[in-house]
Amino acid sequence: MADNHFEPKIVAFLCNWCTYTGADLAGTSRIQYPPNVRIIRLMCSGSVDPTYVLKPLLDGADGVLIGGCHPGDCHYQSGNYKARRRIIALKEILKNAGLEEDRVWLRWISASEGGRFAETVTQMVEFLKEKGPNPMREKWAV
Amino acid sequence: MKSQPRIGVYICHCGVNIAATVDVEQVAKFAATLPDVVVARDYLYMCSDPGQALIQQDIVERGLNRVVVASCSPRMHEPTFRAAAQQAGLNPYLVEMANIREQCSWVHGEREHATAKAKALVASVVAKTARLEPLEEREVGVTPGTVVIGGGIAGMVAALDIADTGFPVYLVEKGDHLGGRVADLNRTFPTLEPVAELLEPVIGRVQDHPNISIYLDAQVVGVEGYVGNFEVEVTSRRVGGERGGAEGRGDPASTPSTSSSSTLSVGSIIVATGYDVFDARRKPELGYGQYPNVITSLEMEQRLLDEDLTVDGRLPKSVAFIQCVGSRDVQLGNPYCSRVCCMYTAKQSRLVRELLPETDVTVFYMDVRTFGKGAEEFYDEARAKGVRYRRGNVSEIIRRGSRVALLGEDTLLGQPFDFEADLVVLAVGMEARSDVGDVSTLLKLPRSSDGFFLELHPKLRPVDTAVDGVFLAGCCQGPKDISDTISQAKAAASSALIPLIRGTVPVESATALVDEEWCAGCGMCVEVCPFGAPALDPLWGFSRINAVLCKGCGSCASACPSKAIRLQHFTSEQILAQVDALIG
Repeated sequence: MADNHFEPKIVAFLCNWCTYTGADLAGTSRIQYPPNVRIIRLMCSGSVDPTYVLKPLLDGADGVLIGGCHPGDCHYQSGNYKARRRIIALKEILKNAGLEEDRVWLRWISASEGGRFAETVTQMVEFLKEKGPNPMREKWAV
Repeated sequence: MKSQPRIGVYICHCGVNIAATVDVEQVAKFAATLPDVVVARDYLYMCSDPGQALIQQDIVERGLNRVVVASCSPRMHEPTFRAAAQQAGLNPYLVEMANIREQCSWVHGEREHATAKAKALVASVVAKTARLEPLEEREVGVTPGTVVIGGGIAGMVAALDIADTGFPVYLVEKGDHLGGRVADLNRTFPTLEPVAELLEPVIGRVQDHPNISIYLDAQVVGVEGYVGNFEVEVTSRRVGGERGGAEGRGDPASTPSTSSSSTLSVGSIIVATGYDVFDARRKPELGYGQYPNVITSLEMEQRLLDEDLTVDGRLPKSVAFIQCVGSRDVQLGNPYCSRVCCMYTAKQSRLVRELLPETDVTVFYMDVRTFGKGAEEFYDEARAKGVRYRRGNVSEIIRRGSRVALLGEDTLLGQPFDFEADLVVLAVGMEARSDVGDVSTLLKLPRSSDGFFLELHPKLRPVDTAVDGVFLAGCCQGPKDISDTISQAKAAASSALIPLIRGTVPVESATALVDEEWCAGCGMCVEVCPFGAPALDPLWGFSRINAVLCKGCGSCASACPSKAIRLQHFTSEQILAQVDALIG
């Protein structure tokens, strides 16, 4: 099992309108969560290119979180549905390529769900601690 | 041609908000070592005038062509720093922010980890900033006019201010008359003015106003568009005030008795949908609906208007008021104070004493909250007129002959009481409307935990919402009295007028661009765009994106199989550089 000192690195792509604002709300509400997550702001989860997920995984990030608006709430009408289809397809490709698809989380978190954002990060950190480091960290050691 | 980046990095202390948790000096030292960084500083408040001047001075003196501010959320101060950079001659899109307050210092307590994370966030944003390109600021025209949802006092007052400025207003009321809940009241507090004298002139002005179109029995069923250019779909069973109705694209006035649908084109929207009165049946222990002796405060308003306080044909010898029914009640899910019940109870109890000087009047309260101008004085007068205030929670009301008995605990004496009364008035509070969710979904408006609509900032932006161009007025935002409602309605009107008077609103500059050399003309972008922005050139076959229609979501860029489309300001190159800085 993973050792206790392992601190997973998570890259998060958050849509500007819902999840990024939800993460801001976690801040203004002072809801504490583990510092393992590094947020990159995008305008829409629908703009998450497969390479945005693949690159961190291949470079050794332990998890990738994509946060978008709840179904029906997309600021651009349907970007989150596009993200959902794309991430489902991408996870199939990850499996076939021998990468661990459960390191990629797609979550709907609204602008008013600061608590849910903090919980999601906390759960993801716990999950990844349990799972252990991304083997791609050691890719040159094979 | 892209110039060699010269980046200035500015780490904000935000007083102690950041500096207490993040070692800002260390972050600034670290930032100075990053590629393309020419200068890195930390300062107490970057958003202050001297903070902004510091950036502007460096732009001029150090020849900076890129700026990174590590401070609060870009949703807070991005416009501030963009404007500051612009004043110093820098394109505002060459400024980027690292969010080390909301997403770092405020959510992580441990200094070492928070500092490490702040460094990573700064490095990531610096990597993006080095790859930023200047963008052109663009504006589009505004459709003059405002839709006001709700024909209560808030909606009417807001509508009048906008209409008086000369813009068309479409006032959409769900019920069959104007006036809302205020129309159910007898007299105001603390001035004891008859409400009808106050309300009827307002209704009259609204009805007669040439710039106001009134839609009664009407509902907003669809909202499209963005600040400056909304399309609001309204269905209505009948229409009044049709004099000003010509601006609407539908033709609502022609068939007054049948259902009609109109699409209203406006620049801004005011939500003034009001509240629901707490249903006293949800506290069955108080016997409302079971005993004729127990009535609600709204029924009391009507009785005071009719000057009829009899129960079963007899005048009451003892009248009891119970405050906070449905408010400050965690078990019911309403932990908040409804703000008006203390004062209207003082008003009603005093009016009862004036009507029936021989009758005992007792108010059972948790705390008396008489804020507002003249309110405390009014409460003192009520007590001087013989209204007795007793601090206590009534836990149950039972029938005793033709009277009722209030059982509970006197919380000052610490003793149980058994108090008989002929008439009991339940001071019911306010709740978010049962249909608040429908409006919230239509307009994508967030709500606070109490169920009411959430203002953008509790102090600085109390009538704005998360949706640009949509403003709040009255009790849909939270319980308030008539004075506060009107203040807020006038504030909402003035905010809603800003885009109308200005005549233009800025539109997204960070639009998607097609590289014609790489485009294969597959049409995938045309398929995924919800706004119809891309179209295939009929002659050459490649895609072109209409920058006015493009909202900058980036769906086309991520869908393009040839990677011929890039979303400006969020290009793959910029995003992957951020990833590299975080993980590499």
